[in-house]
Amino acid sequence: MKSAVIVFPASNCDRDAKVALEQMTGKTPHMVWHQDSELPDVDLVVLPGGFSYGDYLRCGAMASQSAVMKSVKAHADKGGMVLGVCNGFQVLTESHMLPGALMRNAGLKFVCKPVGLEVEETQSGFTRKYEHGQRVTFPVAHGEGSYFADEETLNRLEGENRVAFRYAKGENPNGSARNIAGILSEKRNVLGLMPHPERVVDEVLGGTDGRNLFHSLIETLS
Amino acid sequence: MSSSLKARVFITLKNGVLDPQGKAIGHALNGLGFGSVGEVRQGKVIDLELSGSDAEKAKTELKAMCEKLLANTVIEKYEIELK
Amino acid sequence: MTQITAAMVREHGLSDPEYARILELMGREPTFVELGIFSVMWSEHCSYKSTRAHLKKLPTKAPWVIQGPGENAGVIDIGDGDAAIFKMESHNHPSFIEPYQGAATGVGGIMRDVFTMGARPIAMMNALRFGEPDHPKTRHLVSGVVSGIGGYGNCMGVPTVGGEVNFHKSYNGNILVNAMCVGLARQDKIFLSAAKGAGNPVVYVGSKTGRDGIHGATMASAEFDDASEEKRPTVQVGDPFTEKLLLEACLELMATDAIIAIQDMGAAGLTSSSAEMGDKGGSGIELDLDKVPQREANMTAYEMMLSESQERMLAVLKPGREAQAEAIFKKWELDFAVIGITTNTNRLVIKHKGKVEADMPITALSDAAPIYERPYTERKPLTGEPSYDKKKNVLASLKTILASPDMASRRWVWEQYDHTVMADTVQVPGGDAAVVRVHGSNKALAITTDVTPRYCRPDPFEGGKQAVAEAWRNLTAVGAVPLAVTDNLNYGNPQKPEIMWEIVAGIDGIGAACRALDFPVIGGNCSLYNETNGEGILPTPAIGGVGLMQDVTKMATVGFKRAGDVVILIGETKGHLGQSIYLREIEGREEGAAPKVDLGIEKKNGDFVRKLIQAGRVDTVHDVSDGGLLVAVAEMAMVRGIGASIGLAGLPDAIPFWFGEDQARYVIAAPPAEAEKIRTEAQGAGITVAGLGKTGGDTITLDDKDSVKIAALKDGFESWFPNFMAGEEIPVTN
Repeated sequence: MKSAVIVFPASNCDRDAKVALEQMTGKTPHMVWHQDSELPDVDLVVLPGGFSYGDYLRCGAMASQSAVMKSVKAHADKGGMVLGVCNGFQVLTESHMLPGALMRNAGLKFVCKPVGLEVEETQSGFTRKYEHGQRVTFPVAHGEGSYFADEETLNRLEGENRVAFRYAKGENPNGSARNIAGILSEKRNVLGLMPHPERVVDEVLGGTDGRNLFHSLIETLS
Repeated sequence: MSSSLKARVFITLKNGVLDPQGKAIGHALNGLGFGSVGEVRQGKVIDLELSGSDAEKAKTELKAMCEKLLANTVIEKYEIELK
Repeated sequence: MTQITAAMVREHGLSDPEYARILELMGREPTFVELGIFSVMWSEHCSYKSTRAHLKKLPTKAPWVIQGPGENAGVIDIGDGDAAIFKMESHNHPSFIEPYQGAATGVGGIMRDVFTMGARPIAMMNALRFGEPDHPKTRHLVSGVVSGIGGYGNCMGVPTVGGEVNFHKSYNGNILVNAMCVGLARQDKIFLSAAKGAGNPVVYVGSKTGRDGIHGATMASAEFDDASEEKRPTVQVGDPFTEKLLLEACLELMATDAIIAIQDMGAAGLTSSSAEMGDKGGSGIELDLDKVPQREANMTAYEMMLSESQERMLAVLKPGREAQAEAIFKKWELDFAVIGITTNTNRLVIKHKGKVEADMPITALSDAAPIYERPYTERKPLTGEPSYDKKKNVLASLKTILASPDMASRRWVWEQYDHTVMADTVQVPGGDAAVVRVHGSNKALAITTDVTPRYCRPDPFEGGKQAVAEAWRNLTAVGAVPLAVTDNLNYGNPQKPEIMWEIVAGIDGIGAACRALDFPVIGGNCSLYNETNGEGILPTPAIGGVGLMQDVTKMATVGFKRAGDVVILIGETKGHLGQSIYLREIEGREEGAAPKVDLGIEKKNGDFVRKLIQAGRVDTVHDVSDGGLLVAVAEMAMVRGIGASIGLAGLPDAIPFWFGEDQARYVIAAPPAEAEKIRTEAQGAGITVAGLGKTGGDTITLDDKDSVKIAALKDGFESWFPNFMAGEEIPVTN
């Protein structure tokens, strides 16, 4: 499995994503600068967490306009896999690769803590190694992660089984509509989620619930 | 001689989109004794300077800027004011 | 040329004798720009004129110290060619005036101090002191400071892993915001600020210069009065996005060998960075201000030299390497300009629009800066054992204490900080010390900040000792070897002899403890004049400590882990209630002697506990500090909801035993067989040890009689902070 991590100005989970990919796949991902208009030949593109462009204007808005995003879209259009975590999820909604928007947390504060999630959809290249309804704990760390979409879009997402992760009962940290934590694209090859699976692949750091996401990708892409 | 236009873009949340900041401000104003305050919505204002003097052309351009970057039309609406 | 008047001199915070000294050093009347430069370089903030004579007495050396005080940050050897670089610095006054930006720029400033030395910042801590909870400004200040720290640190992608929050009325008009940054570098890639050699290009990188914070450094060294709140326009605004780019660009440039010296532009911006680099390198510096990237039109030389615009650095490059450096900064979309050259004249020469605006000997700004042996009046430490009501119920008091402002959980604060970014945080906030892995290794750094201000007013010397001892104890309690400290000395007006004594005695206490514990001071910062309308803060010498763990898998944490473990107390309990949390929260009094630290026993007990952790024999340890023994046990129980049944036969009086704040104590929990061995070994080593009881159940039970549900304790412990902050008018957000 060959992967690339996109580095925007003020991405800050790019190294975490790289380390997790190295640890889980045994291969070092390409680190791709946002001004590069071409992607290397890879199976997976990761849009990492962070504060691209300082989160100025709107989180992910300016990153979604960067040169590399044209290639990321083309990669996804061809069926290539794209994973957006936290700020990466915001970039995906801002570039309309995923529907909806991520808004200011309902509590108005940045929130960093482990949250319980339910794996709602296992029919995807990102989640096939989880069990349906499995409870996992990933940390969140964001100020604007409240998922919003109009009713029609929400109904469609649910109807098409595109809600990959939901916050477990009583765990919704940000006021997201219908407790949505992560969603899939129509072709199910793009996943955006606010919680950080790459921060839970190492026992020493207090959890390994994120490993199966990487195991799923490896199985799908090898 | 170079000429320029000044534009102001107002960006606000669409009706029906929850605005937790506006809600908090409204709550605080009520708490300060401003009982007449009902719903509060918060938005942003962006001032821009544009070169050229063709107002129509500028409006078209500003609209494109809003659609492409300044507003997220999934949740936001915008108004353009030219001076 | 502007004529310098007596009023101008005063407005620049310079005394008449100081101005006379300037005339003597210059041999002529200074220009207005020169006056401004003197005023910032001779300010308390830059010159340490009141404390320098005393700071010299601190121990600063050890075989593992690579760089002691005097550089942007201190450096220690952590083995394998790695170095830890750290420092703590205050941003008190700006944070009181504009809490969000004040705290944010404080975080930005201390990070620059660390990465300017070649280190990647890997952890942040913050020691915060606010006024009484019911003071009308407190909520707003807490909200703004916490948001500001989070807003800046989170964007930088550096985990904020802990710190302290205290409330006390003495901080009503002077909050304290002390930020500590720890970074990691290779020992052969450490960058210093000495601009050695003549003819080398001086380059400016980062943000453009605007009229921000002009005279911030002087403001930080003057007492407040009610009019200070109108000084708002001088407050700088932080831009963490630019700082993140600056960090990455600097580290990229540092990977080359183009840099001779580099220094961040902090307080007094271009002035102090150029003067300090020239001074340390024994060279001169000539700057052409026309080349400085400017954000505003028509800036004067005075404004540019005194601007405190953030996110800027000054570097001296090897000749001919300008293009290579420029390419890196352009890639990161940052300003880059060659603005001057080093010379062999030993003078700082400032040119603007073809005019020489300043031409002064650099030594006049550094070595010749005034040093004061300010008079001080010794005050006898408070003594005496306070009285207390012996009939008060112990568990009811425990519940009250755990839900009190200084003891309640700080979760509301640290959940607003990204404390797990960089994927190396092994111990998150809430424990005795944070533990952050050295990236790519099995080693880790333990980090803590400590001071108990309520001990420091009645007994500044013991208070200083205790701050160091508690930092050492907290590092020990997770299993780390304490290596070095940075200090952040926050006091009132040093021109008052009784305050000056608090400073002198505090430094002496810190020195005594650091010597006894082999825990040298490698850097720090002083913040004086923390007074409003003549009311000074409690003396608050905050200590930031760093320790090393060779094997991160051998680490202790606070929470009880199993039912059936034996709970052991290491260290002697005499029942010291003077200046305790119990006395303040339950009896409503702040009186009596502060607890004394026996440094010999401190070391002996700590070394014993650390060895148990390092050998993998114990994984559950908590130091006993604020609130005393029972509070420590309750904190251990609340982590996982595993309770304990404890007691001690033949106790003469329960209250001082459970709530006394005697020093050098730890609670550990271990399975029975191991516990028995530990007790025998401790006795053999002459260490006071006692079995307190066993873990299990969902209550804390005392002497098999009285008990309280852990859930009930936890409810009060966790809810005080959020309930308090729920009274906030509009949450401050970025």
